[in-house]
Amino acid sequence: MSAADVSGVIRFDRVTKEYPRSGTALQEVSFRVAKGEFVFLTGPSGAGKSTILRMIYFEERPTSGLVRVSGVNSEHASKREVSKLRRRLGIVFQDFRLLEDRTAEANVAFALEVTATPRAQIGPKVSRVLTQVGLASKATAYSNELSGGEQQRVAIARALVNDPFVLIADEPTGNLDERATRGVFQLLREINASGTAIVMATHDLDLVRHADFRTIELNRGQIVYDSAEPRAEGA
Amino acid sequence: MRRTVRDTSAALERSPVLTALSVTTIAFSLFAFGLFGLVALNIRNALQQVEERVEIRAFVADGTDAESIAAAAGDISAFPEVQSVDIVSKDQALARARKELKEFSDVFEAGVLPASIDVRLKPGFRDPTTVDRVAERLRSYPFIDDVRYGQDWLVQLYRLRNIAGVAGLALGLAFAAVSVIIIGATIRMAVLARAEEISIMRLVGATDGYIRRPFLLEGFLKGVGGGLLALLLTWASMRLVDQYLNFHTVFFSASLAALGVAAGAFIGVVGSAAAVGRHLRGL
Repeated sequence: MSAADVSGVIRFDRVTKEYPRSGTALQEVSFRVAKGEFVFLTGPSGAGKSTILRMIYFEERPTSGLVRVSGVNSEHASKREVSKLRRRLGIVFQDFRLLEDRTAEANVAFALEVTATPRAQIGPKVSRVLTQVGLASKATAYSNELSGGEQQRVAIARALVNDPFVLIADEPTGNLDERATRGVFQLLREINASGTAIVMATHDLDLVRHADFRTIELNRGQIVYDSAEPRAEGA
Repeated sequence: MRRTVRDTSAALERSPVLTALSVTTIAFSLFAFGLFGLVALNIRNALQQVEERVEIRAFVADGTDAESIAAAAGDISAFPEVQSVDIVSKDQALARARKELKEFSDVFEAGVLPASIDVRLKPGFRDPTTVDRVAERLRSYPFIDDVRYGQDWLVQLYRLRNIAGVAGLALGLAFAAVSVIIIGATIRMAVLARAEEISIMRLVGATDGYIRRPFLLEGFLKGVGGGLLALLLTWASMRLVDQYLNFHTVFFSASLAALGVAAGAFIGVVGSAAAVGRHLRGL
């Protein structure tokens, strides 16, 4: 691993997040994600998994502590810097978040159009990622004409089209049946194998057990287990 | 800019019903305001026409020589409040009375009516206080017998003008406020209809400025469209009233009409900026 890999493309240093109404969501959370790493975030609902993901794309800022993502840090990041960072991140959600009045290719192209990509480059890039996720034949289908697994693939294609260095996935298989889950997870593995780091929050412990990736387990806003760290004595 | 225009036209095309609804709502809000404006304009014009008839008549004593009257008339016309001065001889006064009061024309005999100096005042100097002040100065001429200007009538006219002005301003502000609220709510509805799209735009790295620009252009176009439609509706209403009630309504001047459309555009842009800004802050 290079020095950059060791320092991590994502760094959380003693991050605490408190909400005025619901209280503490994260407490003194520290971890790093290296370039090209695949990390599972697990834990019960309300453990803080989604809060961590939202902090990675700066939708939330810590109450204390520091989040650094590819050189952008939570203390000083301007809105413009956050926008620029997000163009290099891919984000995937459980509910897909596709625009229903647009085709698969239009949904993917949308991510390029709003970031001022020259028009001539949009078509080839969209074709490339739709092929990568196995949906080249459904490019002109509207989202309501696609299965859940296919819709998630479109969402992944949209996340990939800007060649992100990290893909953030919040329960990406949460709405899918077992077969679709396997398909989407296999796709994420392939994306990771090509060098993109992936941070994936999931409740699916079977998926976690069968994959040999780093796992960070959270409970009540704290890291209770990190497979990359040696277990504490007596733990 | 080209991208903003393209995004805006795509957004308008994607939701034609909502676009039509927005433009219609803006149009009817401005139409209500326009009708009020038209009524206010015509009341103002009517009062102005009455006001233009304000005249001070200074009756000249019999036997006054023409040179003295002419000298006084020249002197009076130099008053800063005075617009015009007419010398009316006894014969002219008789002819005027016979013409204005035809049914009593036999009553008037030559030499009965006195000669007079008729004074008209400039706009802005026709209020009761100024008229009274000028009348007092006319009375100071030794050959002036009497000065008349319909004092009671003038006081009533100015009271009516003041009531109309205050009521017009209050109603105008109320109509304008209601229009702004309705237009703001309409634009907010259009923004909320695209909430998912806005949230995805932010997630994939669009800047707030990029997200905001098409909405501003959309607000501008809807405001202009609504303003033009409101103008058309106001004009059509005026024509109907003129035709069926036999009125001679005055319509807005070109510059006032342009100002109305510009106000629509302004409300559209400001309403959009506020609605998108509020939405972006809430994300």
